[in-house]
Amino acid sequence: MTSPTDAPLLSIEGLSVYYQQFRALHGIDIAVGPGEIVSIIGANGAGKSSLLKAIVAQVDRIEGRIRFAGEDIASRPTPAIVASGIALVPEGRRLFPSLTVEENLEIGRQIGRKGGGVGFAEIFDLFPVLRDKRRQPAGQLSGGQQQMVALGRALLTDPRLLLCDEISLGLAPTVVNDLYTLLLSINRRGIGVLLVEQDIRRSLAIASRFYCLLEGRISLAGRPGDFDRDTITRHYFGS
Amino acid sequence: MIATYANLIIQGILLGGLYAIFALGLSLSVGVMRFVNIAHGDFIVLVSFLLLTVATALHINVLLALLLVIPLTFAGGYLLQRVLLQRVIGQSVLLPLLVTFGLSIIVQNGLLEGFGADTHTLSAGSLDTSSLHIGSFYVGVLPVATFVLAVALVLGFDWLLYRSRIGANIRAVADDVAAADLIGLSSVRIYAIAMGIVGVTVAIAACFMGLRMNFDATSGPSRLLVAFEVVVLGGLGSLRGTLLGGIILGIAQTLGGQIDGAWQVLAGHLVFLVIFLLRPQGLLPRY
Amino acid sequence: MRRHQHLSIAGGRIVLAGAALGLAVAPSFLDAGGLTVLTEFLCLLVLALMWNLLAGYADIVTVGQHAFVGVGAYAFYGAVVLLGVDPYLAFAAAALMAFAVALPAMVIVFRLRAAYLAVGTWVVAEVLMLIAGKLPNFGFGSGVSLPVRVAREFGARPDVRFATIYWLAFALAAATFASTWLLLRSRIGLGLTAMRDNEEAAGATGVNLVRARIICFLWTAPFLGLAGAIITLQKLRISPPASFSIIDWTVFVIFNVVIGGIGSLEGPILGTALFFILREYLAQLGTWHLIILGSLSIVIILIEPGGLWGLLRRVLGGDLIPVSHRARPGFETNRKS
Ligand SMILES: Nc1ncnc2c1ncn2[C@@H]1O[C@H](COP(=O)(O)OP(=O)(O)OP(=O)(O)O)[C@@H](O)[C@H]1O
Ligand SMILES: [Mg+2]
Repeated sequence: MTSPTDAPLLSIEGLSVYYQQFRALHGIDIAVGPGEIVSIIGANGAGKSSLLKAIVAQVDRIEGRIRFAGEDIASRPTPAIVASGIALVPEGRRLFPSLTVEENLEIGRQIGRKGGGVGFAEIFDLFPVLRDKRRQPAGQLSGGQQQMVALGRALLTDPRLLLCDEISLGLAPTVVNDLYTLLLSINRRGIGVLLVEQDIRRSLAIASRFYCLLEGRISLAGRPGDFDRDTITRHYFGS
Repeated sequence: MIATYANLIIQGILLGGLYAIFALGLSLSVGVMRFVNIAHGDFIVLVSFLLLTVATALHINVLLALLLVIPLTFAGGYLLQRVLLQRVIGQSVLLPLLVTFGLSIIVQNGLLEGFGADTHTLSAGSLDTSSLHIGSFYVGVLPVATFVLAVALVLGFDWLLYRSRIGANIRAVADDVAAADLIGLSSVRIYAIAMGIVGVTVAIAACFMGLRMNFDATSGPSRLLVAFEVVVLGGLGSLRGTLLGGIILGIAQTLGGQIDGAWQVLAGHLVFLVIFLLRPQGLLPRY
Repeated sequence: MRRHQHLSIAGGRIVLAGAALGLAVAPSFLDAGGLTVLTEFLCLLVLALMWNLLAGYADIVTVGQHAFVGVGAYAFYGAVVLLGVDPYLAFAAAALMAFAVALPAMVIVFRLRAAYLAVGTWVVAEVLMLIAGKLPNFGFGSGVSLPVRVAREFGARPDVRFATIYWLAFALAAATFASTWLLLRSRIGLGLTAMRDNEEAAGATGVNLVRARIICFLWTAPFLGLAGAIITLQKLRISPPASFSIIDWTVFVIFNVVIGGIGSLEGPILGTALFFILREYLAQLGTWHLIILGSLSIVIILIEPGGLWGLLRRVLGGDLIPVSHRARPGFETNRKS
C-alpha cells in the first residue's frame, strides 16, 4: 500500500462500524493527506456511506481510531467534528426542502468553523445559477442545482476535509463534468476530498489515491495508475 | 338587540386573542417536534400559579412577575425537552403522548396538593377594571391589550420562524431531522430551544389567562382543548390561522355563554366539530 | 427455547389459569365487600383490555374512552327506567347505544392524524358529557339515582344482588377477553401487529389497515358501554361527572395498561391487578396516588415501553397468552441522540 503524504489530515485505523448486531465495516485503515483527493469505490452495500457517516459520528457504534489534524475525533459529537473542519455532502443531498437556497447555505455557515473564510459571494461565484434562485425553496430546484446547494452548504462550513457521498448520482453527464471541475478547483484551495462514488472511471480520474471496498473490507488500494481496469473491476465485484 | 350581539361578538373576538396565545406554543411543538403535548394546558395553569406566588411573595405587579418568570419557563421548556421528551420523540406518536399525559396528571395533582382546589385569578392593578369607550361600546382595556398582544405575538412568531436564524434552524429540523443531524446541526439542541420558546408562550398565556379568567388546579385540560381546537381550526402550522381559529372559538363561546356556563364550552366544541368536518385541513392551512 | 423457560412459561400460565378459576368461584367464598371490589376490578379490566386494543395494536391513542362508559350508563338508565325495558335487555341497549355513538365519533376521529387523534377523542368525550348534563330526564348536571325496584330485579337480598352483578361483570370480562384474543389472532390482528412492529411488513400481509383500525375502534364501544351499565348497576346512580369520569375510566386505565405493559394481553391484566393491590395503600394518599401512578408510568416508558410485562417477558422468555405465532420483537428503541 502506498503511504500517504507525510502527516495525514485524516487517518483511520482499524475502523469497524456496527448497526445493532450487523457489522458494516471490518477494521479498515484509510488516510487522506492535506489537499489530497482520495477516492472510495465499491459496489452497493460495500460500506462506503457507512465509512463517511462514521467519520462524522453518525452511526450507531464504531471501533477503531479516527484522527483528524492530529486529534482523536472518534468520541466527539457531530457538531464538534463539523466545527473542527470536516463537512459531509450526504448521499441524496439531504437539503431542507422548504427552506430557501440561501437559508440552506446559511445553515452551512452556522455549523462550520468559526471565523471561516468562505462567504456567500464565493459560493455564488462558483455556482452562478444559485444566485438567481437564492430565495426559492430548495425543494423546487433541479437535481443538479440541489447538488450545488448541498456542495455549497458543505463549503460554507469552511472545511479542511470534504466528504462527498455519490454527488454525481442521478445527474446528467454534463452536470457531473461541471461538478467534477468544481471539485478540482475546490481541492486546489487545499481542501482535502474523500470522494465516494460508484462510478469508477470518473472518480479515479481525479483521485491521487483510491481504496476499493468490498463487503466492508478494503479489497484494493493504491494509485489509480498502478492497476489495470480488470484488476480494479475484479476487486470491485469480488469475483 | 343588535347592539347586544355586536357587543358580544366584539367580546368574543377579544377572547379569541387569548385563545390564540394559548395555541401558539402548542402549534410550535406540533409543527416542529411532531407531538401533541397533552400537558400544555396544565403547564399554562402551573405557570399561572407560579406568577401568583411570585407576585404575592415579592409584592410586585404580575406583569413584572411575568418578566421574571419568562426566563424560568424558557429554561423549564428547554430542560423538559432535553431531559425527558427527547428520549421519547421520533419513535412513535404513542410514547410522547403517554409521557405528556403522565405529566399532565402529575402537574394537576401536584397543584391540588400545593394550592388546593380553590379558584384564583391574577390581578394587574387598575388594568383589571379600566375600560375604553368606543362608539356605543364599552370594552375592557385588558381584553383589548390581550388581543393586541396576540396579534403582536403572531407577527413576532412569524418573524422569528421565517426571518431569524434560529427560525431557519427550527424549520430545517422540522423538515428533516435526520438530515440535520447528519450535517452537524444538532436536532437535540434545536428541539430544546424550540421547547424553550414554547415555554415563553406558556408564560405569556398563563399571565393573561390568569388576568382574564378564573383558574384552579384542574383547569389545564380545558385550556388544552381550546388550544388544540384553535390549532386544528386555523390549519396546522399556520400562525395567522391560529388567530382566526382563536377568534372563531372566542365568538362561539361568548355567544354560547349567553345561555349558561355549560353551553359556553359546548358551543365552542360544537362549532369546532362542524368546521372541522367541513374543512379538516383547517381554515388557513400553510401547505 | 431453553427448558427452564418452557417451565416458567408453563408456571405463568398456571398462575393465570388459577386466577381465572379463582374469579370464577369467587362468589362462593367472598363477602359483599370483596365481591364489590372484584366487580370493579373486572370492569376496569374490560376498560384496560379495550384501551390496550386501540393504543397497543390499532394505533389509536384515545383519551376519550370514558365517553362510551358514560353513554352505556345513560343508555342503561334510559332503557330500564324511562322506557321500562327488562333490565337484562337494557344491557343490550347500553351496548347498542355505545356502538351507535361510536359511528359518528369515528367519522370525526379518523379524520385526525396520529397525534391529534388523542385530543380529538377527548373533545368528543367532552361534548358527550356536556350533552348528558343537558338531558332533562336524566337529572341534568347533577344526575339521578337508579330506583330501588331496578336494583331489586337483580336480587331481592343485597348479597344475592352483589353476586348477580359480579357474575355479569365476570361474563363481560370473559367475553371481552376471549373475543379480543380471537380478534388479535385473526388476520386483522395479525395485520395490526405487523403494522406496529414494522410498517413495511404490514403492507405485505394484505390487510386493509384503515379498515382494521376502524373495526377495532367500533369493536371497543359496546364492551365499554356494557361496562358502563354494570358500573351504574353497582353504583346505583348516573351523573355526568361520575359516569363520564375521565379519571376513573380513562386516566387510571391508561396508567394501568402502561405500567402493566401496552401492546400485549398480559400487560393490562397485570397492570389492573397491580392497581387494585396498590390501591389499598395508595388511595389514602389522595392526590399523591395519581402523582405516583403518573411518575411510575413515565419511568416505565423510559425504561421499558413494554411495561412490567415487557420486563417479565424477558425473564420468562415468551408470551403466556400467545397472540401471533411470530416472535414479537418488542418496541424498537432508538438510542441515538
Ligand atoms: N442504518 C442502518 N442500519 C442497519 N444497517 C445499515 C444501516 N445503514 C447501512 N446499513 C448496512 O450496512 C451495509 C453498508 O451500507 P452502506 O450504506 O454503507 O453501503 P454503500 O456502500 O454506501 O452502498 P450504496 O452504494 O448503495 O450507497 C449495507 O449492508 C447496509 O444494509
Ligand atoms: Mg452509500
